[in-house]
Amino acid sequence: MTTSNPQSFERESSWNIDQATFLKALRQRYTFDKVFATLALLAVVFSLFVLAVLLIDVFIDGIGRVNWSFLTSFPSRRPAEAGLVSALVGTVWVMVLVALITFPVGVGAGVFLEEFISDNWFARAIEINISNLAAVPSIIYGLLGLQVFVRVMFPITQGRSILSGALTLSLLVLPIVIIATRESLRAVPGSIRQAGFALGATRWQVVREHVLPLAMPGVLTGVILALSRAIGETAPLITIGALTYIPFLPELSLKGLQSPFTVLPIQIFNWVSRPQADFYSLAAGGIIVLMVVLLLMNATAIYLRNRFQK
Amino acid sequence: MISDSMNQTLTEAALRAQNVFVYYGSTLAVRDVTLDIPKNKITAFIGPSGCGKSTILRCFNRTNDLISGARVEGKITFHGRDLYAKGVDPVEVRRRIGMVFQKPNPFPKSIYENIAFGARINGYQGNMDELVEQSLRSAAIWDEVKDKLKESGLSLSGGQQQRLCIARAIAIEPEIILMDEPCSALDPISTLKVEELMQQLKERYTIVIVTHNMQQASRVSDKTAFFNAEATDKGGKVGYLVEYDDTSTIFSNPKQEYTRDYVSGRFG
Ligand SMILES: Nc1ncnc2c1ncn2[C@@H]1O[C@H](COP(=O)(O)OP(=O)(O)OP(=O)(O)O)[C@@H](O)[C@H]1O
Ligand SMILES: [Mg+2]
Repeated sequence: MTTSNPQSFERESSWNIDQATFLKALRQRYTFDKVFATLALLAVVFSLFVLAVLLIDVFIDGIGRVNWSFLTSFPSRRPAEAGLVSALVGTVWVMVLVALITFPVGVGAGVFLEEFISDNWFARAIEINISNLAAVPSIIYGLLGLQVFVRVMFPITQGRSILSGALTLSLLVLPIVIIATRESLRAVPGSIRQAGFALGATRWQVVREHVLPLAMPGVLTGVILALSRAIGETAPLITIGALTYIPFLPELSLKGLQSPFTVLPIQIFNWVSRPQADFYSLAAGGIIVLMVVLLLMNATAIYLRNRFQK
Repeated sequence: MISDSMNQTLTEAALRAQNVFVYYGSTLAVRDVTLDIPKNKITAFIGPSGCGKSTILRCFNRTNDLISGARVEGKITFHGRDLYAKGVDPVEVRRRIGMVFQKPNPFPKSIYENIAFGARINGYQGNMDELVEQSLRSAAIWDEVKDKLKESGLSLSGGQQQRLCIARAIAIEPEIILMDEPCSALDPISTLKVEELMQQLKERYTIVIVTHNMQQASRVSDKTAFFNAEATDKGGKVGYLVEYDDTSTIFSNPKQEYTRDYVSGRFG
């Protein structure tokens, strides 16, 4: 609190902090910065390390099994002949259907709730319920799918079929897509909407031409999350009665969609639970294939997202 | 007040507000505004922050409809037609009464598309390239952007963006352009450009401008409305129209003490 030295930064102030105290506190603040940065780095290293160990372990066990015949053979009791073509095709089928169902329905619901309905108690009630739905255990969705899709909608789905599985998984991940859509619509500045309305655009024109394109990267991130969740789900599919042994491929038709199916996680689960060691390496190979499918799927979505961001 | 009403019979009113009250939810924001906006003139709204200038402006093209809870009472007519009558389509109202906002808000799309959008959605049939050029020329920005029509509207400077927004508004040929502090984010040179532009546009359009800049109001406008806010017994504030007259009268010889204090900067 002295002004005797005109060169220093110090000046008369009501704060009553002298320079030395300030500098000491400042050093302490920098220390906190460093501590926090280190902790954050540790968190990153730790999670990456665990993941890397897991991946390397799986890779060492399974890479020997991943070859053309593994990808093109049906499951078998003899490990040497077993493959996962039916599970792979089942997963691809189910995921394509899930994407086709959740994208329009999820985005449509999100757009309606965010842009068209006014913000009243009803909208808020729906919002809370959707957030809760996202947290419901997946097995519950399995039970719901079993009743609704397998039993009630039997004439359409023909029971324990690809269609029933895809519909069940779609229900499971819809909240994720809806929430992501709403969040990214909310992030679009209101001034863009005002600009559109002031030019005599209708709500749909504003949403279609300006708001949704801006929200699309966020929407696609939501779709990526949703599909990544769906591809690994086993419990709801087992609940609705996906089989583990499928010695045929569904045809490319509505009939094909109504046929029984299995998916990679179920196949992997099945192999892991066998006593013979040979099946372990099959399971590891299956995990590698599942990862590759997941990465391809996400790469597609990221590619689309980047195109929208331009 | 007698001279006032005589004036108004001479110039046709494009917009007429009669006893307009605006509420946000249950709070009254502006009370009892009655004024005529003359055709092919520039009308300025001035007044302290929060006195309801933007609120009244938004009533004229029904953008208040987009704010949940906003409610307009009273009568606003556009060439004699009640803007808030049943059966009046707000989209059509906004198509005929355009708006330029305080913060430039071009669409994050190409300059060309910024102009073309309004025309396209409103069913414009003519040559789009011509319309785009003509609108950009009218907004005095053509020379600056003619070589980069495909570039994003966001790549322009703030002043250019605002003129792009004006070009966008006039591309759909509205009858009235409402401007809410269009120059508040601009440097003096861009501001002058926009002001010159308004003088040219006045021949074809009716303009209402909200501004905090007294010089601007006195430079560009023909008529000036001074709004103020007064405290209510519930502790809130409610805006009202203090005085509305020719700009020269408001700035040199206002009838109300409040107005005199405000325009001479002795307010508060
Ligand atoms: N969307 C809204 N919701 C609730 N209240 C609002 C809303 N917009 C404005 N108001 C209220 O209405 C009153 C008038 O606001 P308005 O924006 O019209 O003032 P203004 O004169 O344009 O002020 P400024 O000069 O700062 O832009 C203020 O008390 C404000 O709090
Ligand atoms: Mg305002």
